[in-house]
Formats: sequence, structure tokens, C-alpha cells
Amino acid sequence: MSVADVVFVRQSMEQPAAPPSSQRGLVHWARTNLFATPTDSLLTLVGIVAIIYFLPGLLDWLFFSAQWTGTDRSYCATVAQGGMQPDGWSGACWAFVRAKFPQFMFNTYPEDERWRVMLAGALLVVLLIPFLIPRAPYKTLNALLLFVALPIVGYVLLVGGWFGLRYVPTREWGGFMVTIILSYVGIVVSLPLGVILALGRRSQLPVVKMLCVIFIEMVRGVPLITVLFMATKMLPLFMPNGMKIDDFLCVLIGVSLFASAYMAEVIRGGLQAMPKGQYEGADSLGLTYWQKIRLIILPQALKLVIPGIVNTFIGLFKDTSLVYIVNMFDLLGAIRRNFTDPNWMTPQTPMTGLVFAGFVFWIFCFGMSRYSIYMERRLDTGHKR
Amino acid sequence: MASVNAIDSDRGDRVSLIYNPVARAIFFQAVVFVGLLALIVWIVRNTVDNLERAGRNISFGFLNERAGFDIGQSLVPYSSDSTYIDALIVGLLNTLLIAFVGIITATIVGFLIGVGRLSRNWLIRKFCTVYVEVFRNIPPLLVIFFWYLGVLAILPQPRESLHLPFGMLLSNRGLAVPKPVWGEGAWLAGAALLLAIAMCVFVARRARARQMATGQRFPVFWTCIALLVGLPLLALVVMGFPVSFDVPVLGAFQTSGGMAIGPEFLALYLSLSLYTASFIAEIVRAGIRGVGKGQTEASFALGLRPGATTRLVVLPQAMRIIVPPLTSQYLNLTKNSSLAIAVGYPDLVSVGGTILNKSGNSIQIVAIWMVVYLSISLATSLFMNWFNTRVALVER
Repeated sequence: MSVADVVFVRQSMEQPAAPPSSQRGLVHWARTNLFATPTDSLLTLVGIVAIIYFLPGLLDWLFFSAQWTGTDRSYCATVAQGGMQPDGWSGACWAFVRAKFPQFMFNTYPEDERWRVMLAGALLVVLLIPFLIPRAPYKTLNALLLFVALPIVGYVLLVGGWFGLRYVPTREWGGFMVTIILSYVGIVVSLPLGVILALGRRSQLPVVKMLCVIFIEMVRGVPLITVLFMATKMLPLFMPNGMKIDDFLCVLIGVSLFASAYMAEVIRGGLQAMPKGQYEGADSLGLTYWQKIRLIILPQALKLVIPGIVNTFIGLFKDTSLVYIVNMFDLLGAIRRNFTDPNWMTPQTPMTGLVFAGFVFWIFCFGMSRYSIYMERRLDTGHKR
Repeated sequence: MASVNAIDSDRGDRVSLIYNPVARAIFFQAVVFVGLLALIVWIVRNTVDNLERAGRNISFGFLNERAGFDIGQSLVPYSSDSTYIDALIVGLLNTLLIAFVGIITATIVGFLIGVGRLSRNWLIRKFCTVYVEVFRNIPPLLVIFFWYLGVLAILPQPRESLHLPFGMLLSNRGLAVPKPVWGEGAWLAGAALLLAIAMCVFVARRARARQMATGQRFPVFWTCIALLVGLPLLALVVMGFPVSFDVPVLGAFQTSGGMAIGPEFLALYLSLSLYTASFIAEIVRAGIRGVGKGQTEASFALGLRPGATTRLVVLPQAMRIIVPPLTSQYLNLTKNSSLAIAVGYPDLVSVGGTILNKSGNSIQIVAIWMVVYLSISLATSLFMNWFNTRVALVER
């Protein structure tokens, strides 16, 4: 029997039939994702009602009714409150944010010297961006510049007193620059200190181990506010008579020590996750303790805990807002300080300022958490145990 | 072979002390210890010197002096004539109060949001995701200010209070709720409640034993609800309802009667609960996702319904993953309650800060803070570790 005897042989594949209309399109999506069961339907309806109820008001307050321009409080106050808005008006006072933006960034840093802050900030950005891109070359040089050179340059630029730069005392600092400085110094100090503490905690030497455990557990057991109080009220007492210690430096020390205790626990997680064979392999090669740690253990352990490190950093970034308690003005403090400015005092001002602060913090923290997820995916070598 | 051994022992004898691990360890630790001791001695000498110059000392005797300041909210009787130590106790109780109610609320909200993020419902899932991403990424202090300055401060004056259900009044001076006034014979209701709790425990144990032995099940949950509600209610009916409610009424400047909850407490409570709930939600989600899909499928294959699967198969295993990080979130909430100082809620840190500024005894106050917070941390850890061993599966 030859092929020719067969009446019909399909030569090409038939296209698959489209799914029935009940299994595709918007209706199907809604039926599986919104109205799958009676409970689901009820929840969806409640959700839709809530959105219809709240969202227009929110958008209206944020954008449509908001006052975008203005020079003083009258633009953001109703007639009854001594302004020019109709009675019953309610909207964000973005004019306040626009007018006060430089203050939010620098607070009382002298206006003529602000280029120094901006230059330091630009240096930070220029060094940070290639450091964060995994494919960018010269990582070692980049890290050295970012973590060793920049602190020195930044100190000279911001404090001044050298090279003809005017001296700016730290009590004139404030605003977002303080937030950035605190978190930057916090990470630069807490990373190496955290490594040392974590190694100490896993050390075979009982004295070293005990000291590290006591430090880590004591710092982790108390709130940051107590640490800040301790730094600002007790550190000056610890110094020899006549030796003044700057308030800002006290806070920096407090924040850094606090962050290192948390960093140490994150890094300890990485050290513990390392297979024992790595330690033994390094020992059998005849490496010294520090060679073993530097060349074998840390590169792998740190890689394992990059997400944890970033999370600690996010926590540190958020916690910087607490320095307001010890009379230092970070971004949130600087914004709050302006609530009482008689030129801008309206019922809408506090909410507008807080929403703005929340937005800035959110952008940074959300960005960092996305970056940590990206790094986690990238570094995932598939050797999960 | 013998020669190798000879070389080895030969070397061992001649090895310098520098290369002897034990000697090195002792030497290194001695250096660290002496260095630290020197630092401590230096600090103590400086401190003693500085204190002497300022005419102060490191005794806790000042705690018995008259405090001389008022505290807005107090669980125990307190006036400005009380001592510093009374003030600190008031602060400690306020810290414990906010931590306790905050933890309960945060756990409930967190579990709901966490389960919601795994919901089949697209809208609920997205809502929960937005909630978590918003609250996780802004500082808790900002959330507190949001409630305190942004919401509670712009509520109407007390005389135009918002009327809420159950006779509650909400104004910019806080929330006024009806206060139950217990009359003669109300103790019987309390006794009935205790009895009901005891009976519940008994019923639960018997039901479990019976199910283990015979496989027959008993509706423990509904029985307990009936007991817990029914018995005290019965006691009240028998005694002729010896309870009345002191309902708050509107006044010109403040509401009178009832129980007033200040805006500081409300702001702190709402912020800490909602902020911590976002972290708990993530922990719950990770915990539930951490239970293998095969577990659910096997449970369905055995014929268990979705509700029973969640309750009997998924949750007990998820709890193993959830409890340790949950503990640290509880501790975080307790520690974050120290943010009370920002809105003036009189917690331990806030009261201590006032005393510190008034008396200048910073070392003593900071020492008290550290001791109290470390004790709270330790107690919470111990309790959660005990709970963790209970929920941990017994592995064969």
C-alpha cells in the first residue's frame, strides 16, 4: 500500500483552536481573579466601594485641589483662615514645599557655602552609581575612593577650615544632607566593625567571644533613642576634662555603633551559612587566619548576605529620623521645624510636609529594597543547600 | 616511618612560642583584655572627675526625691508630689501597655495582610502589596507624626466631637469611650469568667483525648465561645445587671465622663501597630510560602477541605518558620515604643528624659533604661522560645 492510496494525509500542523470565549479575555480574568467564589465577590465589591469612596478625595487633595504656586500662607489658607482659598477648601500646599525646598535639603547651612554640600553630594553619586552596577570595571579602586577617600574629602568640604574654606560648625547643618551623612557614615563604619564583631562572636577565644556577644546583645536589646541619649549625654562625660566633643560626632558614633551590632548579626548569618569545608580547605592550604578570612571566607559570606546588609542599611536610613529627639535636624526634623513658620502656618502645611517627607524616604527605601532583590537574583548561583 | 615521627617531634620541641596556637591565643586575649580594661579605667576616671567638677555623684538616692512634674496618662495613682521612682514606674507601665496592645493589633493586622497577599483575589492581593510596600519603606517616626499632626490634630474641637458607635466620642483631644462601672455583686461575673476559662481548658483536653482514642470529634471552639460568653452573662442576669456605663458627654472644652484615651496614645498605638503589621505580613507570607505545595496537595488527596488543610496542615508547619522572626518584630515594636517621646506620650524613655533634663543624672537614667529594656527583651525572647518549642514539629 503506497502513500497515494491514502485519501488524506495532513502535511502541516493544524493551528490549535482558540480557547472557548468563557476561558479568555477580561471576563474570564475577572471571574478567576475577582469573582471566583461568593466570598471573593464580596471582598472585591467591598474593595471597589472603598476605592470609589477614598481615591477621588485623595487624588483631589494631592493634585487637583492642591496649591502649586504661592509665596506665603495666604495661598494655602481659606478666607476664614485669612487666606484666598474658598471656604471648605482642602488641598496639598505644594507651594510650601517649593518655597522651603532649600531649607529641607540644607536647613541652616550657610547659603553661600551650599555649593560645598552639593559638590560632596555629586561626588557621592558619581562614585556610588558605578559601584552599584555589577558590570562596571575597577571595583576595588571604586570602593577605595567611595569608602576611604570620600569621607576625608567630604569632611574637608563640609566642615571647612582648610584651603580657605570657611569653617561651618555642625550645629548649622541640617536637612536631607544630615540624613545622607548619617546613613553614609553609618554604613562606612558599621560594615567593617560588623565584620570584626561577627568574627569575634564566632571566635575560639573565649574572652573575645564574650566581649563581642555582650556588646552585640546589649546594643540590640535597647532602642536607638537610648543609644542616642547615651551618646549625647554620656560620651561628653567620658572625655577628659576640657576636651569638648562635638554633638554631631556623638550622634555619628551612636548611630554607627548601633548599626554595627545589627550588621554583625547579619554577617554572622553569612559566616554560619558557609560550609565547613571552606574553612578546613583554607586551613589545609596553610593560610593564616586573616588570609583565610580575607581570601576565602568573607568574599563568599558577604555575597550570601547582601540582601540582609541592604535591609540593615534601609533600617539605618529610616532610623536617622530619630536624631530629631536629640535636637538635630534631619530631613524630617527640618520639615517639622518649618511647620511653625508663621509665614506658612496653615492647617494644610503639616500634612503636606509629612507627605513630602514620606515620599522622599519611600523613594530611597523602595529603591534600595528593589536593588537588593536584583542583587539577590543576580548572585543566586544555584548552589542552594 | 620512624624518621618522620622523629622529625615531627623534633620540630614540636623547637617550635618558637610565637607559632604555638595556645600561647598565641592566651597572648592575644590578654592584650584585648588589658586594652579594654585600660579604656574602662580611663573612662571611669574621666567620668568621676567630670562628675566631681559638676558636683554630682553616681548614686540612685535622687530617685526618692519629689518628681515635681505631671504625667498625662497613668495606670497607677500619680501626682507631681510623687517620687522620681513612681514616675519611672508609671512610664514603665505605659511602655508595657502600648507594647502589649500594639503587639496584639499588629499580629492580627499582619496575619490578615500576609494571608491577603497570597489571596486568589487580585484586588485584595494588590491592596495588601501596596500596604506592605508603603509602610515598610517609611520611618516609624513619620507614621507617628502622620497620625498625630496630620489626622488627630485636625479633628474637630471636643464640643463638635464625632459621634462613633457605642457612645464613643472622637475629637482632637482624643477618644472618649464609655467606662463600665461595676456595682454590687459584679465580682460574680468575673468569677464566672474564670470558671469558664477553666472549663474550656478542661473541655479541650478531654475532646483531644477522646479524638485520639476514638476518632470522634467534638466542637470545642463553639462550646468554648458559648461558655465564655454565656457564664458571665448568666452571672450578671442572676445578680440583676450590677453594671452600668459611664457614657462620655460633650462639654465646652473637653468631654466629661467616660474613659479618655489621649491623642498621643492613639497616634503611637496606630502607628506602631500598622508599621509593625507590614513586617509581620511579610513574615507570615514567607512562612506560608515556605510550606511545600506537596503538603497542601497531599492534604487535598486525603480529602481534607481547604479550611481544614490551612488549619491542620499548612499553619502548624508555617508557624515553625514564622515564630523566630515574629519574636524579633515584637521586640522591635517594644523598642520602637520609645518613639513616644516625639509626641509626648509618657513612656519610660519620655519620663526618663524629663528626669534626666531636670536632675542631670544621665548615667543613672541610662542605666535604668538599659536594664529595663534588656529585661523586657529577655523576657519576650524566653516566652517566644517556649512558644516556639511548642509549635515546633516533633521530628522522628
